[in-house]
Amino acid sequence: MSDYNFAYLDEQTKRMIRRAILKGLAIPGYQVPFASREMPMPYGWGTGGVQVSAAVLCPEDTLKVIDQGADDTTNAVSIRRFFERTAQIAVTTATADATVIQTRHRIPEEPLRDGQILVYQVPIPEPLRFLEPRESETRKMHALEEYGLMHVKLYEDISRHGHIATAYAYPVKVADRYVMDPSPIPKFDNPKMEMAAIQLFGAGREQRIYALPPFTRVVSLDFEDHPFVASKADHPCGLCGAQDSYLDEVIVDDAGGRMFVCSDTDYCAGRQVDGHRGSDNKEYAA
Amino acid sequence: MTPLLQVKGLTKTYGRHIGCRDVSFDLFPGEVMGIVGESGSGKSTLLNSMAGHVVPDAGQVIFDTRDAGPRDTRAMSEPERRMLSRTDWAFVHQHARDGLRMGVSAGGNVGERLMAVGARNYGAIRASAIDWLDRVEIRADRIDDRPTTFSGGMQQRLQIARNLVTGPRLVFMDEPTGGLDVSVQARLLDLLRGLVRDMGLSAIIVTHDLAVVRLLADRLMVMKGGDVVETGLTDQVLDDPQHGYTQLLVSSVLQV
Ligand SMILES: Nc1ncnc2c1ncn2[C@@H]1O[C@H](COP(=O)(O)OP(=O)(O)OP(=O)(O)O)[C@@H](O)[C@H]1O
Ligand SMILES: [Mg+2]
Ligand SMILES: [Zn+2]
Repeated sequence: MSDYNFAYLDEQTKRMIRRAILKGLAIPGYQVPFASREMPMPYGWGTGGVQVSAAVLCPEDTLKVIDQGADDTTNAVSIRRFFERTAQIAVTTATADATVIQTRHRIPEEPLRDGQILVYQVPIPEPLRFLEPRESETRKMHALEEYGLMHVKLYEDISRHGHIATAYAYPVKVADRYVMDPSPIPKFDNPKMEMAAIQLFGAGREQRIYALPPFTRVVSLDFEDHPFVASKADHPCGLCGAQDSYLDEVIVDDAGGRMFVCSDTDYCAGRQVDGHRGSDNKEYAA
Repeated sequence: MTPLLQVKGLTKTYGRHIGCRDVSFDLFPGEVMGIVGESGSGKSTLLNSMAGHVVPDAGQVIFDTRDAGPRDTRAMSEPERRMLSRTDWAFVHQHARDGLRMGVSAGGNVGERLMAVGARNYGAIRASAIDWLDRVEIRADRIDDRPTTFSGGMQQRLQIARNLVTGPRLVFMDEPTGGLDVSVQARLLDLLRGLVRDMGLSAIIVTHDLAVVRLLADRLMVMKGGDVVETGLTDQVLDDPQHGYTQLLVSSVLQV
């Protein structure tokens, strides 16, 4: 018997969060305020995402948690354990087997399907914050659809770097209405957001929830003469040889040797099980 | 001819204090109206009430819109009013930092209004920015610098460029030359006069510097204690003031 209610939060709180989620789904990209609860982990550890997950989890769910694409980082492991203990639910690292996936900074490579929910941890939900610190003003800009400022940010990028250098948290326009911060996923992941699964975004410290129903139109902002490009490192994965997955550059030895590997560890492992090998793979070299 | 702006019975109080009281006048296309008066006479209150920055207690501010002719801006919806203030209207603040984004480059500052009305071609936005920097005598190679690296006079000129880039028909200015060195003021005034003439701008300029209105304004309103005490053609009012207060204002300048 656990000391907690199922998934830690009391039913009252979960109902309040579910109402915020439903409102978010009804108005895609709109930031719905909610009364964030103290969680037994510090802000910055995904308390917003954890509360959203807690509100949507059912006993029959299977949970996967990733941090930067990996299932085995401290943050991912501790959140997974948290729900194992407080909800006694099944957990997995396999994207295809999960019904709920909580993520920080990535969308899995394997396309998500109908019936799955992707929960994002969001540090700063307001895409306009960078140039307009006044909350009263940003709220008005959203209400009146005044988004010129978002392009000022991209303009500044190009004027400084010669191209749009924003690589993470690349702003999108949702369902032709709200401009939304997709959380710090790489812009490589932006096109995946038009997906079959439900996407929920939770910001704990800022007390905001927003959402995308399946197959919502998600357009990355750009200029006619500087179009959006979902770029990634121009390499195949050193371990599985994938050409189409987002890569991390990792240091592999004391001599400063580097290689590029899939940031999605489950995807990479699955490909290797299927017999794919990259040029840095020891089994391949052997 | 239809006036570009008709102000009728505009009144703004702050509790028991009067800001401005029962002000009415017409502004015709291409006309520049000066508003003068001592500190606290209600110039800024009147300007901000017309521009929609403060909500007046009574009165109408009727603007001859491009699409629908004369409309009371106070009866417009907020989106309409905000759209107007980014397109056909412009507001130049006394302190450039109130009218600029200090964390954004000069080019971004000038381009913002264009992007706000849907410009999505970087090259075209940049070309406009360079053109406007040139018109306000800021070198093109400063386009990527932030206004924090600009002198006071340059900041003020940048604010003007940022406001005029969308080709507004009416410009509100509150002490546009205030707080600048005399020589810098003169250059800015020259520039403003050129722009007003070339673009056929209509403008309402608040100042307590009679030299400014002498140079820029076709007509003049003199304010005291929230009331307009005298109006007329600028030269007439300055050379032959009728109201005792105006006579004082004019003579105090002549003494300097
Ligand atoms: N926000 C406010 N709250 C209360 N009173 C105000 C406010 N703003 C202005 N006033 C008062 O309204 C009157 C007119 O002020 P206003 O700022 O319009 O004068 P002004 O002619 O622009 O003066 P200045 O030349 O010093 O800028 C003054 O008595 C002032 O104290
Ligand atoms: Mg004033
Ligand atoms: Zn791989």
